[in-house]
Amino acid sequence: MSNNGFLKSSLAKKYLMALTGLFLCTFLLGHLAGNLQLFIQGAKGQQAFNEYAEFMTTFPLVKILSYLTYASVLFHIVDGIMLSMRNRKSRPVGYVKEKGSANASWSSRNMGILGTIIAVFLVSHMQTFWYKMHFGEMPMHAGLKDLHTVVLAFFSPENSIGLIAVVGYVLAQAALSFHLVHGFQSGFQSLGLRHPRYTPIIEKTGYLFGIGVPLLFASIPVFLYVNQL
Amino acid sequence: MDLTLNVWRQNGPEDKGRMEAYPVFGVSPDMSFLEMIDMLNDQIIRDGGDPIAFDHDCREGICGMCSMFINGEAHGPGRGVTTCQLHMRSFKDGDEITIEPWRASAFPVVKDLAVDRSAFDRIIQSGGYVSVNTSGETLDANAIPVPKPVADEAFSAATCIGCGACVASCKNASAMLFVSAKVSQFALLPQGQPERASRVKRMVDQMDEEGFGNCTNTGACAVECPKGIDLSNIARMNRDFLKASADGE
Repeated sequence: MSNNGFLKSSLAKKYLMALTGLFLCTFLLGHLAGNLQLFIQGAKGQQAFNEYAEFMTTFPLVKILSYLTYASVLFHIVDGIMLSMRNRKSRPVGYVKEKGSANASWSSRNMGILGTIIAVFLVSHMQTFWYKMHFGEMPMHAGLKDLHTVVLAFFSPENSIGLIAVVGYVLAQAALSFHLVHGFQSGFQSLGLRHPRYTPIIEKTGYLFGIGVPLLFASIPVFLYVNQL
Repeated sequence: MDLTLNVWRQNGPEDKGRMEAYPVFGVSPDMSFLEMIDMLNDQIIRDGGDPIAFDHDCREGICGMCSMFINGEAHGPGRGVTTCQLHMRSFKDGDEITIEPWRASAFPVVKDLAVDRSAFDRIIQSGGYVSVNTSGETLDANAIPVPKPVADEAFSAATCIGCGACVASCKNASAMLFVSAKVSQFALLPQGQPERASRVKRMVDQMDEEGFGNCTNTGACAVECPKGIDLSNIARMNRDFLKASADGE
């Protein structure tokens, strides 16, 4: 019927944004579940966390999920940049006076900036832990790569950039929080999933998720740092 | 009331344009915003200048012609009103008011505050209608049962006057609230079903063709809409477009 390809349409780009975004929300939950083991003190915690890290890098099903996650991150970023570029082109001459706060939330108006902060964090985060775990030199403990010691040493007062790392981590989680508070419920809207009864529940869940998950993530390096003072 | 107006002046589509300040004195709080502009134009004409071009027609909030981005918001600070329904009592004596045209690549400026909104007409032409056989055997619309809540929802969507405040307010200059209202007013009713899939496909394609932006779900459009068109219409359009595409439309 139409000449335009589905994938080229503005709506298809939104579906992709929503699907990858919501998938990455499930990734966050999995990641958080593992990280929370850093709250377990002593040798027991070290063993539990290292076993988790081993499981995440070797178990076949998790491997498939991890490739899906890499792809989602990549598509989410590329799609986001394409959408932003198109949106910028749609208003080549801006307003002299624009009162965005009068009709929309701050996070909804700054998803691109928030996403960029998260992307920058992601590069540094993966370089510090993911790259080291996969390709770097790792200390060993009880026959496992000792990621636990690496994490503790990184978020430690002994580390010259330990405090900066903790502050940076917390700030990145704040950006993630704002991104999620809008993005979670926005994903459902983009996919057309809106219902007078369920949408308020989705919005509340989005708030809980968007504040709760980053807060728990951020609490870990703070706890580790303070605990090692 | 004495006011200072900062108004966008642009001689034509090719002109670069600039903001110009105009003092206006003795404005009545009971005047509509457009009457205040009329007053300013009288003053400009008396002084031998070129009056400010702006769109307006019915002046009772039903035609969608009056536009104007006032103090950073489409149709100014009021909610559920067009510029002709905005009254000067919404402002204070001594206020400085910034007035700009709708800004979107799909709405090029014709002159001053008047923009070309024919992109909306082309979107309607692409599918915003129902094909009805008018050979004399036309079925009476009232003979088709429609549940009252559904009829009300379709009517709410149909109250869109196509003013373009949604595009003007959206940080992406997206037309999705307009297009989704025009998709929904038919998608909800039995008469709209035969062309439901092709309609949403064609209208979204035309919307993209016109150069409107994407939806970030900020919701600014629905807040600034003078007719209170709901965001549920955008969700319906998203759903219908996905289904139409999956069905190979």
